[in-house]
Amino acid sequence: MSLTKAERTVILSMWDKISTQAEAIGTQALERLFASYPQTKTYFPHFDLHPGSAHLRVHGAKVVAALGEAVKSIDNIGGALAKLSELHAYILRVDPVNFKLLSHCLLVTVASHFPADFTADAHTAWDKFLSIVSCVLTEKYR
Amino acid sequence: MVLSPADKTNVKSTWDKIGGHAGEYGGEALERTFASFPTTKTYFPHFDLSHGSAQVKAHGKKVADALTNAVAHMDDLPGALSALSDLHAYKLRVDPVNFKLLSHCLLVTLACHHPAEFTPAVHASLDKFFSAVSTVLTSKYR
Repeated sequence: MSLTKAERTVILSMWDKISTQAEAIGTQALERLFASYPQTKTYFPHFDLHPGSAHLRVHGAKVVAALGEAVKSIDNIGGALAKLSELHAYILRVDPVNFKLLSHCLLVTVASHFPADFTADAHTAWDKFLSIVSCVLTEKYR
Repeated sequence: MVLSPADKTNVKSTWDKIGGHAGEYGGEALERTFASFPTTKTYFPHFDLSHGSAQVKAHGKKVADALTNAVAHMDDLPGALSALSDLHAYKLRVDPVNFKLLSHCLLVTLACHHPAEFTPAVHASLDKFFSAVSTVLTSKYR
């Protein structure tokens, strides 16, 4: 699966807007994740997971920044996220199922922040993009 | 996810061991799939799915032949499975979830017939191989 030219354009153009609210979007996506899918909290026993916590804001910003790196190197996401891929494979070992859950929450968050932009085509583009990112982050697991 | 040299060796030697039984195992795997996961039957409204059905046996042989071809071309699965990938993307549109179910049933079938060979390492290699094949067959969906 790869992104079409049109999909790349959509992602790049929406990214400008998203990056201006990086921390808010990342934080909200994580809050949605932990609220809707409480089992995901097991990966963060060391965090204060209350909405608005400093941990969540810092981590949310981190996640969105990493997505930004992938957007910047949209033709070589594997290369851009190589280190993160190793981190997830050898240290974090987040079960691949959870990437779909976080992707879903990111899509919901982006949709709620930019409803006019989040057309069906944009939705598809973002879902494909996050799928590719998830694949990269889990490809060194075994 | 990349197949290591050890994975490829394991898959090849398993397939050698299977020899002429591949078709039979393919049929058995399908039967197991339909029995354990009845939702998969929806893709075969035109088949007689009763035990011992000639159609299931014939289809099992088709699946096995495609896998045998994949084994012979493990260094270029996208190339070897390109036509099948198109078929699944544009005509069959089997929900990707079902590839995991069939893969599971293939593994169970192989474990039943070749318990001594089906060590954890061989199991892992075969599972990676079926995952890789499944990925190729769903890569053109969107």
